[in-house]
Amino acid sequence: MVTFDIKKLNVWFDSTQALKSVTMQILPNEILSIIGPSNSGKTTFLRMLNRLNDLNTRFKMNGDVLFDGQDIRKVDVELLRRKVGMVFALPLPLPLSIFDNVAYGMKMAGVNNRKRLAQVVENALKQAYLWEEVKDRMGESAFKLSGGQQQRLCIARTLAVEPEVILFDEPCSGLDPISTAKIEDAMVKLKEKYTIVLVTNNVKQAARVGDRTAFFLNGELIELDKTEKIFTVPQDNRTDGYIRGKFG
Amino acid sequence: MKRNPHRTQNIAFFFLLLATLLIVVPVGLIVVIIIQKGFPAINWQFLSDMPRQGMRAGGIFPAIVGTIYLVAGAIIFALPIGLLAAIYLSEYSRDNPLNRIIKLAIVNLAGVPSVVYGLFGLALFVIFFKFGASILSGSLTLGIMILPIVITTSREALESVPQSFREVSLSLGASKWQTIRHIVLPNAIPGILTGTILGLGRAAGETAPILFTVAAFYLPQLPKSIFDQAMALPYHLYVISTQVPNVDEKIRYGTAFVLLALVLFMNLMAIIIRTKFRKKKKW
Repeated sequence: MVTFDIKKLNVWFDSTQALKSVTMQILPNEILSIIGPSNSGKTTFLRMLNRLNDLNTRFKMNGDVLFDGQDIRKVDVELLRRKVGMVFALPLPLPLSIFDNVAYGMKMAGVNNRKRLAQVVENALKQAYLWEEVKDRMGESAFKLSGGQQQRLCIARTLAVEPEVILFDEPCSGLDPISTAKIEDAMVKLKEKYTIVLVTNNVKQAARVGDRTAFFLNGELIELDKTEKIFTVPQDNRTDGYIRGKFG
Repeated sequence: MKRNPHRTQNIAFFFLLLATLLIVVPVGLIVVIIIQKGFPAINWQFLSDMPRQGMRAGGIFPAIVGTIYLVAGAIIFALPIGLLAAIYLSEYSRDNPLNRIIKLAIVNLAGVPSVVYGLFGLALFVIFFKFGASILSGSLTLGIMILPIVITTSREALESVPQSFREVSLSLGASKWQTIRHIVLPNAIPGILTGTILGLGRAAGETAPILFTVAAFYLPQLPKSIFDQAMALPYHLYVISTQVPNVDEKIRYGTAFVLLALVLFMNLMAIIIRTKFRKKKKW
């Protein structure tokens, strides 16, 4: 059983090729870290998985991306995005209250029962380790929270939709070490229930939380292996050079 | 001789200030003169009475009512259509040559002289649709005239909502329409209202589009339906200033004052509504 099965995936934006024949699998309940220098195609790859690249009119692809055995181009895109949630690089609360931010996805899916919404919102906030800090101010604007709280709110918002997979796109790039540690803790905990794909610029973060690590360079998947192996005995010397900080 | 950067700066500053004053002074003078000469004419009778003695006496009540009807009609027609078109153009249309031509055409429509809209309204509404010279024809003509303003400003307001909000909403499984309805539109309302304000002011003040489609030269009674003719302030002002001899200057400036006040009042209302929405905005 694999969660994502990616076969010979090529992606272009106009004539620029962003991903070159990427073939890999993402397994259930793992944290897969994706590392690589900027412009290596990490984020493009991540946005393939919930079809967010479709928003770009210059986007073209060939190859296959199967989610639970189904071609993602053939499933209902709203349903796919509910099952494959995403946490963005910057904390991006919607211009709504704290409660409404977390309830947003559920409401859009047609859940209107207030009790049910309140229950789901509370659970999601607890899973994101934010409940205690916000339980008395649910009606306040989400923009009143600190950056780290906002990012945990975004995680809670993604969890509230009850996805199978969570995509993290450099979720700690704008956060301080303490906030980062809180989010990493949350990720490790979330692995029990969800499959996690983590794109990160921080090599140490990949080493800390990833079960497996993939190294991308110029749109190509160079190496994918258990995290310990990538960081101790990488097979490719470009991987070795990158994790030792020789380039990137 | 070496250039003194301070002196060049002072010269530049002088011309920038001069240009600004050249704009501000005439506007200020217009307002001051109209208030000075028009305000003494304002009393309850002037505002609430029918014109009498060939418009040389009495009030301007029918013209005030006519203008309010026309502006309201124009907005009722132009705002929904303009908003829907703006949503289509900014959210759904793809970036291809045809759509670029459509957008360019709409921007350029805003610059078409108003008398051309008047003739268009005469041909289409008054004659072809047989609405006759009526409030309906006039409102539709004014509506078409302000459509480009409403569309262009609404489109800009929609496009100024950050793309990241859309991505977040879509990534949570919301459909495109849900994203527009719940995230994009609420955050674009202040900008859309600005467009409506601009349209309102223009519709209230224009003479040419209503000249052929609705305006009555002298009609001392209130319209009974949207198929009636009506008097309107800008046209009434034109008539008493140029077509009717020996109208007291006080009445002329009083009419101008009422028109100006009406437009300012509408703008003020819209600004208040806009400020309320802005306060609700949480980012």
